[in-house]
Amino acid sequence: MSIKIENLTYVYNPGSPFETKALDNVNVEIEAGEFIGLIGHTGSGKSTLTQHLNGLIKPTSGKIIINDTDITNQSVKLRDIRKKVGLVFQYPEHQLFEETIYKDIAFGPLNLGLSESEVEERVKDAMEFVKLPFDELKDRSPFELSGGQRRRVAIAGVFAMRPEVLILDEPTAGLDPRTRDELLEEIKSLHSRYKNTVILVSHSMEDIAKLVDRIIVMHKGKVALLGQPREVFKEVETLESIGLGVPQISYLIRDLKQKGIELREDIFTVEEAKAEILKWIRGNKNA
Amino acid sequence: MLKDITIGQYYPTGSYIHKLDPRTKILVTFALIVGLFIIDTFIPYTYIVGFILATVYISKIPFKYILKGLKPLRIIIIITFVINIFMTQGDVIASLGPLNVTVEGVHQAFFMAIRLILLVMGTSILTLTTSPIALTDGIEHLLNPLKKIGVPAHELAMMMTIALRFIPTLLEETDKIMKAQMARGADFESGNIISRAKSLVPLLVPLFISAFRRADELAMAMEARCYRGGENRTRMKELNMTGRDVVALGATTLLLAVLLFHRIIL
Amino acid sequence: MSKMVEVKDIQFEYKNNTEENNEEQSTLAINDVTVTVEPGEFVVVIGHNGSGKSTLAKHMNALLLPTKGDVLVKGLNTKDEENIWEIRQNAGMVFQNPDNQLVATIVEEDVAFGPENLGVEPKEIHRRVEEALNIVDMLEYRGKAPHLLSGGQKQRIAIAGVIAMRPNCIIFDEPTAMLDPSGRKEVINTIKKLNKEENITIVHITHFMEEAVDADRVIVMEQGEIVLQGKPKEVFSKVESLKKLGLDVPQMTDLANELIKEGINLPQDILTVDEMVMKLCQLK
Repeated sequence: MSIKIENLTYVYNPGSPFETKALDNVNVEIEAGEFIGLIGHTGSGKSTLTQHLNGLIKPTSGKIIINDTDITNQSVKLRDIRKKVGLVFQYPEHQLFEETIYKDIAFGPLNLGLSESEVEERVKDAMEFVKLPFDELKDRSPFELSGGQRRRVAIAGVFAMRPEVLILDEPTAGLDPRTRDELLEEIKSLHSRYKNTVILVSHSMEDIAKLVDRIIVMHKGKVALLGQPREVFKEVETLESIGLGVPQISYLIRDLKQKGIELREDIFTVEEAKAEILKWIRGNKNA
Repeated sequence: MLKDITIGQYYPTGSYIHKLDPRTKILVTFALIVGLFIIDTFIPYTYIVGFILATVYISKIPFKYILKGLKPLRIIIIITFVINIFMTQGDVIASLGPLNVTVEGVHQAFFMAIRLILLVMGTSILTLTTSPIALTDGIEHLLNPLKKIGVPAHELAMMMTIALRFIPTLLEETDKIMKAQMARGADFESGNIISRAKSLVPLLVPLFISAFRRADELAMAMEARCYRGGENRTRMKELNMTGRDVVALGATTLLLAVLLFHRIIL
Repeated sequence: MSKMVEVKDIQFEYKNNTEENNEEQSTLAINDVTVTVEPGEFVVVIGHNGSGKSTLAKHMNALLLPTKGDVLVKGLNTKDEENIWEIRQNAGMVFQNPDNQLVATIVEEDVAFGPENLGVEPKEIHRRVEEALNIVDMLEYRGKAPHLLSGGQKQRIAIAGVIAMRPNCIIFDEPTAMLDPSGRKEVINTIKKLNKEENITIVHITHFMEEAVDADRVIVMEQGEIVLQGKPKEVFSKVESLKKLGLDVPQMTDLANELIKEGINLPQDILTVDEMVMKLCQLK
């Protein structure tokens, strides 16, 4: 499922003194099956962008073409868009409402008009992905669970709709490191199994670096940078000027370079840095 | 955006009226309401209209803005007018089928409509010139003497403050949950009344849960900041009656006296 | 000088009724914990959700009372009801959710809430509010409504509200968990400033490792117990045990540890990029 965003502009409160341009002529193309990281400050326009992709907001101008269908067209049914594009909001556990975990996860699939047996199969499958034991938990209340578990139920509720494009708005916000790592792993395995398009909105450069194929950096409603992680993280100065950090390793490489130690510039994980530094040290000794 | 909604329609201009002690403004408004119910002829209306117009002029609030406040109530005003014009007994001057228009009816209809309009204008001047917080403070102070007979003045004021503080937060949250459920295919807009009411469950349940959670956390935060009810509590902003307030209260007393004079003597 | 906070061998048990069989289950949220916080110290407590770190924090403010053992704040026992208000004035507390701890509809009124509760004179409240807002660098927002501020700004208002009560110690219960990176930075810088410039004792609860780098002492909690304790460099150099606990390790410490394993001569306690650059340059 490819996404093509053309000249997308969105203005809040047009004509009033509160008028603000949330999106300013955004052009992005995302290929089917890509894993995209979307980074930006609060207020950079990234949430506005994701809500456009799901049809929750209609653009002021511009087009969003998902698999040859322009979803900004009036004749397109919102239900059809939501079947294709799933959106997990920030702190999604706050939207749980059913008596049982099963019913809550089934809410989305039932709204799609699926049969009972199809719904059950999807709920089972979704729970498996987020590592929630089906038989043990399906009849329990979601409100008895811990925060991290509740978040998983909420995410499973969107997984179960089997969207071809899955957008997650800061799915790890407020989680502790262990739960965060587990959840990212679950998202990754979902992506590699269904080959669906995933857009992950995050503040954490380290998380994004580990997972995504390409990064979109938003700033003041515009796309500031776009490319593979190793290309984007090279732009230390640009990223810093818009108030975003880069992975610690990128800083290390830059600072070492200033001291005259030249290492490959396009690395950003601990493993890569280790290999590079070892190569450099051993090269030194042999020389 | 829901964020921009402000509660009460406070219109700050920094005028003398705005600077009055909220207690003064509440008392004046109260006196005005009493005044409107004392009078029984048209002539005293001119005094009240004069008083209100003078207040509006001093407050520097555009007159249009005050008229706008009447808009939502125009239906009630029209209904009152119509009921009075047809339902009052007396000398018939015209008939419309079984309905009779009487001289007394016309008199009464105009009298009631003007009363309503002035009532709304008078109270909206209060909310336009007084911030919700000042209003809360004023009410608390005015109710304070009633504490002895068991009126929980401080608690009422605290409740009002917290409500005002959390209304924008909860509105924002409603918007967010609604969007999240729509993304899961929820439909809030179509269907008959029953299915629509049902469709609100996914919105209302999370909203209530969140409101209770907030209440719980807020209570703990307040306790941690040594909140223990109204006793021995001081306030940063003390309410001070100044010369301005004396003038305003004096003018109001004068108005009430004139109105009483009309009612009793004339 | 006396100790700021003394937690003496406490246990905390909470009971949860399970619906089905009405059986009372009790869980030990804190098990035999002893901690002392010295005046002026900056202590960071790290651990997972459910490790008992927030429960411990709430004991230092008498919001919770230990099932066993004692908690003393400036020598006052939290179990003694007469002491409660003095303890809460001395040991202020800032919570996680910035929205759910602001009471008033205007920033300065909210900052005044604490002193008002203490019965401070109005003139003095004015002075304190101004001073507190100045310290957190939010004076220009004094007349604004809290719901229009960013998360980081709201947290700073909450901090000002505590400072205005003139506490000796402030306990921060995961104040950065719900903030974005810039908000987190604002709050952390404010906390550091309070410790250095205002000489306020800080107990900071978090699960972000990088926030512990500048602390005087780091305490790691797991399942209601203290499992590691010491200076940041000592604690972080135990890369393997931290990873086993599922906690993050600063990337530079992780890298140093990996390089040491390969036989490179580096110290184990490297925390920052600068240190790493310096040590690597020395190898040249």
